[in-house]
Amino acid sequence: MSASHILAASGGGEEFQAPGLELFEFAPLWDGAPSWLTKPVLLAALSVIIVCGFFWAAFSKPKLVPRGVQNIGEVGYLFVRDQIARPMIGKDGDRWMPFLVSTFFFILIMNWMGVIPLMQMPIASHIAFPIVLAAIVYVMMWFLSIKHQGLIGWFKNMMFPPGLPKPLYVLYAPIELLSVIVLRPFTHSVRLFANMFAGHLLLAFFATVAYWFLIEKLTGLGAGLGVVGFAMTIVMTGFEMFVQALQAFIFTLLAASYIGGALHPDH
Amino acid sequence: MFLAEVTGNLGAIAYGLAAIGPGIGVGIIFGQGVQAIARQPELTNVIRTNMLLGFALTEALALIGFVVPFVHS
Repeated sequence: MSASHILAASGGGEEFQAPGLELFEFAPLWDGAPSWLTKPVLLAALSVIIVCGFFWAAFSKPKLVPRGVQNIGEVGYLFVRDQIARPMIGKDGDRWMPFLVSTFFFILIMNWMGVIPLMQMPIASHIAFPIVLAAIVYVMMWFLSIKHQGLIGWFKNMMFPPGLPKPLYVLYAPIELLSVIVLRPFTHSVRLFANMFAGHLLLAFFATVAYWFLIEKLTGLGAGLGVVGFAMTIVMTGFEMFVQALQAFIFTLLAASYIGGALHPDH
Repeated sequence: MFLAEVTGNLGAIAYGLAAIGPGIGVGIIFGQGVQAIARQPELTNVIRTNMLLGFALTEALALIGFVVPFVHS
């Protein structure tokens, strides 16, 4: 018996409703609060406080032999430096560490809000947050490129790199122009947004299946499906934590690669 | 009478189509990446970083396909 049959059989008047976009709509926190003051905004502010507090606790009184929080802080810092800054930017990558570390950990904490009980809202699933972060990187890329290569030089390096057969430039130049100037900020923000959005929907779907078939409409046939939904919720929560960390890493990696490309055109 | 009737959101089909290319691409990237790591284990860090970079760029296409139905509705 297929899933749709079970769904129809257990409906009995009211049907199973898969969660949709209403998951992402929040009313203001209390009556009379400004309309922008919603749960995601509150959690974003909380993430800022957590990141600042963590690094304050880790590095405000650094010791030569690290203890406690400083250990974790140093591992995090070294991870960003050795996996992101140095491979992508090069020797002067260390100068960009403040920006990259704070970006990485801010996004990481924002994403992990999606699986922390009671929070359970990946903040980046509201596209405004990724757009602002990507816009910062985009403006930085423009500024650094013009500063280090000049406006003409930058477009020349981008669209006409030496060493290609002449006719190929007809194809290469417009594609590269489109991908760097137009698509870059778009994909940079949408990648983070869509991953968090899809992940949250997926978790909500499996949790709803489990709740519906085990508690709301408990039937002999549906119970099996409910157990599957319950198990998948747990498995997917683990998987989501991995994806959320990976997306924070990839966002920072791409930011570093854009900065590196602006500093060293031939890199 | 219709021979076959399809109901539901066209976006689901569109996303299925949009996922084919990136699916193949991501498979190639990780396949080749694992092969490269097997051949040159001492370069694992460099290869992994570039692998994830390529993965992120390829995945963007699938994500655009995922977002477009929401933008259009």
